[in-house]
Amino acid sequence: MFDLVSENGVAQCSNLEEGASPLAIRGLTVSYGQKPAVFSVDMTVVPGQMTAIIGPNGAGKSTLLKAALGLVPKVSGQVRVFGADLIKQRERIAYVPQRASVDWDFPTRVLDVVLMGLYRELGLLARIRGAHRAQAKACLERVGMADFADRQIGQLSGGQQQRVFLARALAQNADLYLLDEPFAGVDAATEKAIISVLKSLRDAGRTVVVVHHDLATVRDYFDSVFLINTRKIAEGPVEHAFTPELLQEAYGGRLATAQMDQIQPLAG
Amino acid sequence: MLFDALLLQLGYNATLVSIGAALLGGAAGITGTFLFLRKRALVSDAVSHATLPGVCLAFLLMVSFGGDGRNLTGLLLGSAVSAAAGLWCLNWLTQRTRLAEDAAIGAVLSVFFGFGVVLLTVIQTLGVGRQAGLEGFLLGSTAGMLFSDALVIAAGGTATLFVILLARRALTLVAFDPDFAQTQGLPVGRIDMLMMGLVMAVTVVGLKIVGLILIVALLIIPAVTARFWSERSEQVVALAGLFGAGAAYVGAALSASAPNLPTGPLIVLVSFAFFALSLVCAPQRGVLAAVVQRRRFQRRVHLRQGLLALAQNQPIYEALTLRLLRQAGLARADGVATDAGKARAAKALRDEKRWEFVRRDPANETAAALYDGLRAIETVLTADQIAEIDRQIGGPQEVLL
Amino acid sequence: MSGAEFVPLSLPPLVIGTCAAIACALPGNFLVLRRQALIGDAISHVVLPGIVVAFLLTGAISTWPMMLGASAASVVAVILIEAIRRLGRIEPGAAMGVVFTTMFAAGVLLLEQTDTSTVHLDVEHALYGNLESLIWLDAVGWTSLWDFEALAGLPPEVFRIGAALCGVSLFIAVFWRALKISTFDEGFARAVGIATAPLGIALVITAAIAAVAAFDAVGSIIVIAMFICPPAAARMMTNQLGHQVAWSVVFAAVSAILGYVLAGYGPLWLGLQDAVSAAGMIATLSGVILALCARFGPCRRRAGAPLGV
Repeated sequence: MFDLVSENGVAQCSNLEEGASPLAIRGLTVSYGQKPAVFSVDMTVVPGQMTAIIGPNGAGKSTLLKAALGLVPKVSGQVRVFGADLIKQRERIAYVPQRASVDWDFPTRVLDVVLMGLYRELGLLARIRGAHRAQAKACLERVGMADFADRQIGQLSGGQQQRVFLARALAQNADLYLLDEPFAGVDAATEKAIISVLKSLRDAGRTVVVVHHDLATVRDYFDSVFLINTRKIAEGPVEHAFTPELLQEAYGGRLATAQMDQIQPLAG
Repeated sequence: MLFDALLLQLGYNATLVSIGAALLGGAAGITGTFLFLRKRALVSDAVSHATLPGVCLAFLLMVSFGGDGRNLTGLLLGSAVSAAAGLWCLNWLTQRTRLAEDAAIGAVLSVFFGFGVVLLTVIQTLGVGRQAGLEGFLLGSTAGMLFSDALVIAAGGTATLFVILLARRALTLVAFDPDFAQTQGLPVGRIDMLMMGLVMAVTVVGLKIVGLILIVALLIIPAVTARFWSERSEQVVALAGLFGAGAAYVGAALSASAPNLPTGPLIVLVSFAFFALSLVCAPQRGVLAAVVQRRRFQRRVHLRQGLLALAQNQPIYEALTLRLLRQAGLARADGVATDAGKARAAKALRDEKRWEFVRRDPANETAAALYDGLRAIETVLTADQIAEIDRQIGGPQEVLL
Repeated sequence: MSGAEFVPLSLPPLVIGTCAAIACALPGNFLVLRRQALIGDAISHVVLPGIVVAFLLTGAISTWPMMLGASAASVVAVILIEAIRRLGRIEPGAAMGVVFTTMFAAGVLLLEQTDTSTVHLDVEHALYGNLESLIWLDAVGWTSLWDFEALAGLPPEVFRIGAALCGVSLFIAVFWRALKISTFDEGFARAVGIATAPLGIALVITAAIAAVAAFDAVGSIIVIAMFICPPAAARMMTNQLGHQVAWSVVFAAVSAILGYVLAGYGPLWLGLQDAVSAAGMIATLSGVILALCARFGPCRRRAGAPLGV
């Protein structure tokens, strides 16, 4: 399966069997009001890889992710998760929303948030047992937050909140991880901790899709990129799809020269 | 009777009440619009319920000083004081504690009202008969209104309207964009206070006609109604004033035309009729218009995507897409393009190619930003520009296939 | 006071008031956290038209049709608010304001148009309720609590509010985990497959049932106050949802009991002859508790960054 992504990434991604892809999107259009935020997008995520969704602000990155999860209504299009309907595959997906999308003043503790990741396992009524707590603690350990288990979530810094969200996703023990801007407004230590956890997930054969905004780190962090600006600009391995020409097309004049400088030396 | 009432032929008091109500309705509609634009519509509910303890305390105070207790000016003064106290509590709760505004509104509303009810029962136990009329403040009662009362209401309505007209520009600016207003050197805090002061004034003046439970309707419904008809804030403000005044006038006249027709509820119901009509029929924002637009939009998206799929020999995934293509005579039932379909598909694909070009050229940034998959390229570029792009792509021959 | 006096006259109102307060406070916790606190306000306003319509249809004051009418009106109001909010793209507060004032106005108009002089149905009653009149004439003292014959003579409101309290508690207990997740993080809740929209509607309907049952006994002021004040006060006491709900129950019970006692005996201590409205006093006390917690509660300040930063 992995040799599919060897040389000629762009072409081969679309050749990938739909059934084998953790997330296959066909002809997706999502619109808020009369202007499509995402227009006629196809996407085929390669299993066992880390994929970055990149594009300028307002290009529909988060919308694409939310529509893939069925969180926003779509005008047209199809979403298949591991070759089946989304509803049947929910337990195989872990979703990390944007940090700013929730009220951090909610009365709950860090460990409780991580335990939310066990919802599908516990259901409505099953009691939370010691084993569940140990599992949640282990997830906090992996993101370096074990000492904060009993803290109120509002007392955490932005980076710590993001790690707790990642720990909750880890508790879901999923095959496909979808993260919406996990590096937005976090400290360097957190960014390092998160990326090492994500890489370990990838090395364990899981698939990771991240909405990302920092072009300078794309090469270090990711295997594939998905360039979007309302419609798909490019999709494929970093070396093929993450080129100055395609970035120029995605970002237009909005791509700062400084950022281009960071990319170009590597592009050769 | 109704015509007589509408034409102000039912006696001096009824006429005065109708005019007073219209003035009040206009003032309430305009004030409410500022609240509504700031997304604080229900603050008025807290303000109006908070008037009750003030009315009761004013009554008790006037009685204890040997007065009549039913002096409208005194009662309204009391209601204004306690409304201000309620507003202060509301602000304190939202700014100094973790409570969100909705919870603070509910808390102020219920506690002040509950305390007011306690005071009402105290008044009932004090003396017999003298409290008559205080319950009228709950639902409003224009029956048996004194001439002097009607005069107070008409004067209050006029004064409020006058203040609004004077301050309308500042109020609009702050309601629409407080941050911008701040940078323009406007005292946003004080203008907000003025807005709340106007809400209080409208509430207090309206107590006798509409009652404290329904006065919020006068502040909210006309503003919401006006919003359907215009995207421009000055127009929304003016329309809300008109809707408010119209509803209040018609409601008051209807109520005078027959017995057992309480003024407040009638005004509210007339307002709602305006609202319901606007909700359904307004152009652009109305439900009917929205349904039509939504369907048209969905068809455009599906047709465009279908054409692109045809042009690239990709399968068509959705039944709706295929059906629309067939209806337009662009494809056959088995998904194969007709000749017309082929031509349109080639044009669609070519347009996408042109857009790609537009995006790659930083000089076209503003044009490229308009791309949304549906917009025809002819609307953002001139024929010459398109011809230049086509030359670079490699000639338009394929389009003519 | 002896049992012979306390049990028949004061025990039933105390029990009913407490149950009503707790039944409203329980769902109120979630409504406050979801920024839907004013749904309680809307529901308590539309109960009146529901009752009036039920009265017009049946022509009599009987409990079940009226409770059905009130419940139906709450559901209609919730649907209308949601419809107006979505169809008209109007913020929820304004949509609520449009709906509940209109329905309340319709209720008042209908009431004025019908001849209700022969029956006890008026706006004031709907607002204040009549907690003081819910007495248990069959009781002779504490022993009556074990006497089945006497128990049958309890005011029927006791059983209704008791049943409502059980139903509300059961709903909160069963859906605790789902409610907690979907209130904290709706996107995540939907991604793990929680049907957040139906759950939200179920919560509002549960609140409506609590409101209607409580309204039947104690009037609508208590309903609004108990939906909001005890949970809001509890919010200032703790940072854990479980503890918050427990505090809110305590605050609701304390307001109900102290409020009833103060309304009954407070005026006598002050030298007045008659009692004041118990419903009003209970609402006032819940406000006093909220004020104390807002001033001195250990967790009264916002933690972390506000939403959207």
